[in-house]
Amino acid sequence: MAVAQQTVLILGGTSDIARATALVFARHDWVVRLAGRTLSELQREADDISARTSRKVTVHAFDVLNTSSFVEFADTLPELPDLVISVVGLLGEQSRSEVDTEHAKEIIRSNYEGPALILSLFAERFVARGHGAIIGISSVAGDRGRGSNYFYGSAKAGFSAFLSGLRNRLAISSNIHVMTVKPGFVRTKMTEDMKLPPLLTAAPAEVGEAVFKALGRRKDVIYVRSIWWLVMLIIRLMPERIFKRLKL
Amino acid sequence: MTAILGWGRYPIVDTEMIRPRTMDAAQRATVRGDQTVARGNGRAYGDAAIGGRQTISMTHLNRLRSFDAEKGVVTVESGLLLSDIIDTFLPRGLFPYVVPGTSLITVGGAIAADVHGKNHHQEGGFGEYVESIVLAVPTGETIRASRDEHPDLFHATIGGMGLTGTILEAAIRLRPVETGWIRQRTIVAKDLAAAFSAFESSDSVTYSVAWIDCLARGAQLGRSLIFLGEHARSAELHGNALANRFPVGRTPLSVPINAPAFALNHWTVAAFNELYFRAGARKAASPVLVPAHPYFFPLDAVGNWNRIYGRRGFIQHQSVIPTQNAQGTLAEMLGRIAKRGGSSFLAVLKKLGAGSGIISFPVPGYTLALDFPMRGDLFSFLDELDELVIAAGGRLYLAKDARQSRTTFEAGYPDLSRFREIRRSTDPAGKIKSRLSERIGI
Ligand SMILES: Cc1cc2nc3c(=O)[nH]c(=O)nc-3n(C[C@H](O)[C@H](O)[C@H](O)COP(=O)(O)OP(=O)(O)OC[C@H]3O[C@@H](n4cnc5c(N)ncnc54)[C@H](O)[C@@H]3O)c2cc1C
Ligand SMILES: NC(=O)c1ccc[n+]([C@@H]2O[C@H](COP(=O)([O-])OP(=O)(O)OC[C@H]3O[C@@H](n4cnc5c(N)ncnc54)[C@H](OP(=O)(O)O)[C@@H]3O)[C@@H](O)[C@H]2O)c1
Repeated sequence: MAVAQQTVLILGGTSDIARATALVFARHDWVVRLAGRTLSELQREADDISARTSRKVTVHAFDVLNTSSFVEFADTLPELPDLVISVVGLLGEQSRSEVDTEHAKEIIRSNYEGPALILSLFAERFVARGHGAIIGISSVAGDRGRGSNYFYGSAKAGFSAFLSGLRNRLAISSNIHVMTVKPGFVRTKMTEDMKLPPLLTAAPAEVGEAVFKALGRRKDVIYVRSIWWLVMLIIRLMPERIFKRLKL
Repeated sequence: MTAILGWGRYPIVDTEMIRPRTMDAAQRATVRGDQTVARGNGRAYGDAAIGGRQTISMTHLNRLRSFDAEKGVVTVESGLLLSDIIDTFLPRGLFPYVVPGTSLITVGGAIAADVHGKNHHQEGGFGEYVESIVLAVPTGETIRASRDEHPDLFHATIGGMGLTGTILEAAIRLRPVETGWIRQRTIVAKDLAAAFSAFESSDSVTYSVAWIDCLARGAQLGRSLIFLGEHARSAELHGNALANRFPVGRTPLSVPINAPAFALNHWTVAAFNELYFRAGARKAASPVLVPAHPYFFPLDAVGNWNRIYGRRGFIQHQSVIPTQNAQGTLAEMLGRIAKRGGSSFLAVLKKLGAGSGIISFPVPGYTLALDFPMRGDLFSFLDELDELVIAAGGRLYLAKDARQSRTTFEAGYPDLSRFREIRRSTDPAGKIKSRLSERIGI
């Protein structure tokens, strides 16, 4: 007997990480729905994935800053998905965020407010239905604030804390799974101009594979490359007295 | 500014690098170009993919647009790698009609160089299987070109080395294959004459290529192994292959640092050749099944093998000699190479048919590709080889070139004026310029 196809909704569908993740799910026979700001660019990704996999991919307009549109967004999807992944994020420019309140606010809202609110909305609908899974792409930048990106880092910290709180609540009361992904460095549009250490830097395809595998194993928190576990352990354990003097 | 180089690691030039992520951005970069040229995966050996001042890297534009299963036609963005097409479609029984010796090139690069494979004598070059292209030209238009629409521009762009504009998209016809295996047969040729007669008597075989021992001299000059191949049918599979109709490619190893140049001296090359011949001769007796990947792209498994030539880089000299003069001229070239010694690590001989584009490299004849590690007297020696090529009515491959003179180029490509005329119509202000086009005056 054929099992009904599962559906994944990916928020931030134009990012390289979303593209790679969507492809893995499509290859495993999931129906993929991509949501984001620019429909034409989403359609380009959808066509690519369809041509590669012969699977159905649809596109949906979604702006994470427009929180008042969230209910309508969820209501007008073809169905309540089985899985929602938020890939949305904005690195922004640290130096600008120091002097430009609006920019700092945009970073906070894009990485924390918006993703937390939309995932919270889906979480409640999943609870009502009785099943569902939620994945949030957060960042190791949220594990300890650094001088080079602390608006981004603190917003990701908020998002990680939101995900762990939600996971805690739902683990006790329902079978809804919540997973936090801290990818480490990934070679994408966001990091195009940065010099990144090869050993610590994953390709988007690695992130996609890792997310899919970890979901199958119902992992709670993952790094993509396991070496990040060690790196972050050291970073977290370092006394603040020393940490504050490092140029990171 | 970014230091940009080709596969031969010579020359290395600073240009501004533009990396569009959307079609619109690539189109704008072309229209606003200031001595610019499109770049694919940088597998051209010399300066073809290095802009005069700017270089437009197309590798982010790597989406499939659509796939027509009935016709076997895939429409892609031009920065898509052939390896990606193969990984995606070989398990579905489709393979590109034409592949060069590496799968790590983009569709844009394959069209711009009208690349040839081991089947050129039978089936022509990559351009033959391009149904249509979408080209951004400096005048601001985005033009769909094919054999029916803007045929002149279409034929100038195939083999046009990026100089007519930036290829944004292309529709490519793929070949249905029953398996991912190649039935390979090896012929051992004791000298150049034997190699030529092996090619002539295998003319109907789809794939053929010869590997020449450049160090063999005298009576053994031109001794070679000739590899013949056909796509294996399902019914022809046996043993391990039966359980694995579409074997996957190998994961690349890589050469991490620039190996010291002395690693490639005469003796290491001679030892390599000797081994190669014994192994080849042993296998020669009966046909074997080889997965498509190692058959077509043996070096892709070694990552950055170009680094074994050391930090000074190397030059690949690839010429084609029209059939009637081929044997004599190639014998003369090989003689001089053997006499000079310590040179080529790889020498590859293939038979070519006619090219598809106005300045496509292929003409009916034989093409010889030779690698030379960079050293003091190399350029004057290569000038000597060029003279032999031109005297025989041949030409050099622009995708491999880093040093030929303008005179050599103009003598080799007599249809240049038509190409230049088409180019003037799409780029009257001269916005497109590569180091190659500057050097040889296209
Ligand atoms: C190991 C190896 C084996 C090879 N074997 C063969 C072989 O058997 N047969 C053969 O024919 N070639 C062979 N080549 C050469 C290679 O196939 C060509 O140089 C090819 O053009 C490289 O494609 P690329 O994507 O790397 O393009 P690049 O090297 O980046 O560019 C090559 C040319 O294409 C142009 N170009 C690239 N993208 C575009 C675009 N989107 N629009 C317009 N112009 C563009 C550039 O301006 C440049 O002139 C080999 C190369 C290597 C390294
Ligand atoms: N690259 C890394 O090293 C790295 C490391 C750790 C974590 N991450 C995280 O991984 C995720 C993906 O990042 P990436 O590297 O792939 O970079 P990216 O391409 O910049 O991805 C960001 C994505 O968020 C979307 N987005 C931003 N603001 C939005 C808004 N207001 N509404 C809707 N969508 C919005 C972007 O859409 P548009 O295309 O419309 O801008 C884009 O799809 C992010 O959450 C990032 O923080 C990345």
